[in-house]
Amino acid sequence: MMTKKIEEVRHLGEKKRSVEKEQAVYDRDYSRYAFSYPTDKYKYVLKPGLSREVVEEISAIKNEPTWMREFRLQAYEIFLKKPMPTWGGDLSQINFDTITYYATPTDKSARSWDDVPEEVKKTFDRLGIPEAERKFLAGVGAQYDSEVLYHSIREDLAKKGVIFLSMDDGLREYPELVREYFGTVVPPTDNKFAALNSAVWSGGSFIYVPKGVQVEIPLQAYFRINAPQMGQFERTLIIADEGSRVHYIEGCTAPIYSKESLHSAVVELIAKRGAHLRYTTLQNWSNDVYNLVTKRAVAYEDATVEWVDANIGSRLTMKYPSVYMLGQGARADILSVAFAGKGQHQDTGGKAIHAAPYTTSTIVSKSVSKDGGRATYRGHLVVAKGAHHAKSNVRCDALILDERSRSDTYPYIEIDEDQVTIGHEATVGKVGDDQIFYLMSRGLSESEALSMIVLGFMEPFTKTLPMEYAIEFNRLIQLEMEGSVG
Amino acid sequence: MASVLEIKDLHVSVEGKEILKGLTLTVKTGEVHSIMGPNGSGKSTLALALMGHPKYEVTHGEILFKGRNIVELEPDERARLGLFLAFQYPLEIQGVPLGRFLWAAKKAMMGQGTDGPTDKKADAKALSQFRQELQEKMKLLKMDESFAQRYLNVGFSGGEKKRAEIVQMHILKPEIAILDETDSGLDIDSVKIVAEAVNQLRGPDFGALVITHYQRILNFLKPDYVHVMIDGRIVRSGDESLVHELEAKGYDWLVNGANNAKVIQ
Repeated sequence: MMTKKIEEVRHLGEKKRSVEKEQAVYDRDYSRYAFSYPTDKYKYVLKPGLSREVVEEISAIKNEPTWMREFRLQAYEIFLKKPMPTWGGDLSQINFDTITYYATPTDKSARSWDDVPEEVKKTFDRLGIPEAERKFLAGVGAQYDSEVLYHSIREDLAKKGVIFLSMDDGLREYPELVREYFGTVVPPTDNKFAALNSAVWSGGSFIYVPKGVQVEIPLQAYFRINAPQMGQFERTLIIADEGSRVHYIEGCTAPIYSKESLHSAVVELIAKRGAHLRYTTLQNWSNDVYNLVTKRAVAYEDATVEWVDANIGSRLTMKYPSVYMLGQGARADILSVAFAGKGQHQDTGGKAIHAAPYTTSTIVSKSVSKDGGRATYRGHLVVAKGAHHAKSNVRCDALILDERSRSDTYPYIEIDEDQVTIGHEATVGKVGDDQIFYLMSRGLSESEALSMIVLGFMEPFTKTLPMEYAIEFNRLIQLEMEGSVG
Repeated sequence: MASVLEIKDLHVSVEGKEILKGLTLTVKTGEVHSIMGPNGSGKSTLALALMGHPKYEVTHGEILFKGRNIVELEPDERARLGLFLAFQYPLEIQGVPLGRFLWAAKKAMMGQGTDGPTDKKADAKALSQFRQELQEKMKLLKMDESFAQRYLNVGFSGGEKKRAEIVQMHILKPEIAILDETDSGLDIDSVKIVAEAVNQLRGPDFGALVITHYQRILNFLKPDYVHVMIDGRIVRSGDESLVHELEAKGYDWLVNGANNAKVIQ
């Protein structure tokens, strides 16, 4: 029933299509993220390229049940048949034959930090993960290329029945639960990259929060691409049972290679009656990563789903987290933040589908473009017949820092119900010389002043983050802003 | 030794139009100067040019501060040297709470940049001292504590903006402060609050250049020197009694004098 409802409204957003091309330049560097380790000691590195055999091999390495193997193979067939999207960003440089679809230094997922392979540990140490875990997280998962190599959850939460595993371990340990929900929110037929992910997925998180359980501090996953021309295809499934509450945060980084890498994830969220589910992403891939992700949630009666989605890195991101409000009183809050620097195209936004009465959604998009970067907001708001008394408010704010940069807004709205309240507001702004002068007159340098204005612009996003993340986010933006003036 | 701001034969143009036409003035720490003058005489241009607004081009003359010509310096460099401008129209900055902004500014003034020092303990201590100081200063200007969390000048009333400027001045502790019509738009109680806050800073290490249209604030401030500016020049300087003379006679008698001066040149 649920799947059918989704089918009905899925393709509405692709009515208007446009093809845009852009020359990409990648010259950004973060010393903190730029390190990498050789792959010669990896346990598995599949040969580049995609075939039925590759799909079967991945399934065999994982020793999966037959139904999952069949699921993958069907998805592979769908992938072959589906055309490349012709809207959004320029995908012409993606060569499916040169991508490595599976690679891992080890096939063991450690539950103790000491058991993580040395070089992987070094990576995550440098990124501050064990420290973060000690300080303020309820659980941590860390994925390195294809596999989740470290996983832990606080004991008290485990005792309450909270499950936080890699998707692979989830499939092994809770096969019925996974089978019931896997691919129901984002079926392989959804789009070419969802099909690709369904065929070759590896890693990601599996979370189940039992009825009424409140997970008050965040669960975190960290995704790292290490191998060159790697494809990372993690798959995340979160089920928040009735009346439960959970906040999941993911962060992504990669070192810089001169060839493209592909990150194509699928995330499925299920918020049952009265559940509250927040999913935060801090995406900071290097500038050679294509980040093509399908994120979708279903929210049942009185459930709330919040997507908080920040995209700073990648060469091209196409991502529109969506919420299907299937039960009366369901609520969707989507906050999408994008920073498009030199050679980057952030094609992001959100979708809110009102399929039940008295549902409420807000979509807020904040984008900054500079140095020729391009930020596109693509939003889709649907109020289906019968979803009376739906309320929705969409707001897009774009900040353009120089003449070479660009911002576009494509808000698609479809309303099939009369008794609805819809608001839409869009602003495009530039930083005024007087503002810069005002801040500089207090002793801030020009780039500090600009950073401060940009961070202020992003504040509605930053204030949703736990403090440690807010600091990290602000630091990343300051890095982006350095050397941008003068 | 007093710090000296010495303005010598300053000519300033805005978008090709000359506004300041040879202004000479010296302000030292320990002194409060007031500049009065009719609308359009160039008072705000002087304030913005002294602080280094990029639109205000110095075409001739010098601005010496502590013996150094600061004409080529960026506004932040001037600020770090000890210059401060209380804006006539303070700018609104979305998403940047007043307290956070001032902390960043204070650190910048101490030459630490926004990343701050690596010594976390010292940083935490400095931050807690700063918070306390900010509370005190806001109390002094009769502003509610909650303003520290509010975005810089966003949704502040005209009077609140002006008082927030003086809070900033107290926190950043300049040697020479320029107050550009800080009293405009303030009710009589606010004028008094602002003037008292300025008076509190007075002493051998603080000097001020107070630009105003009104006698009111000067009654509280009792400036050491009063200058009249007309058509981009100082045409008359004197002590406080000049204020009363202006109040009685207006500017016309000086305007004519300025025109005559031009003819003579």
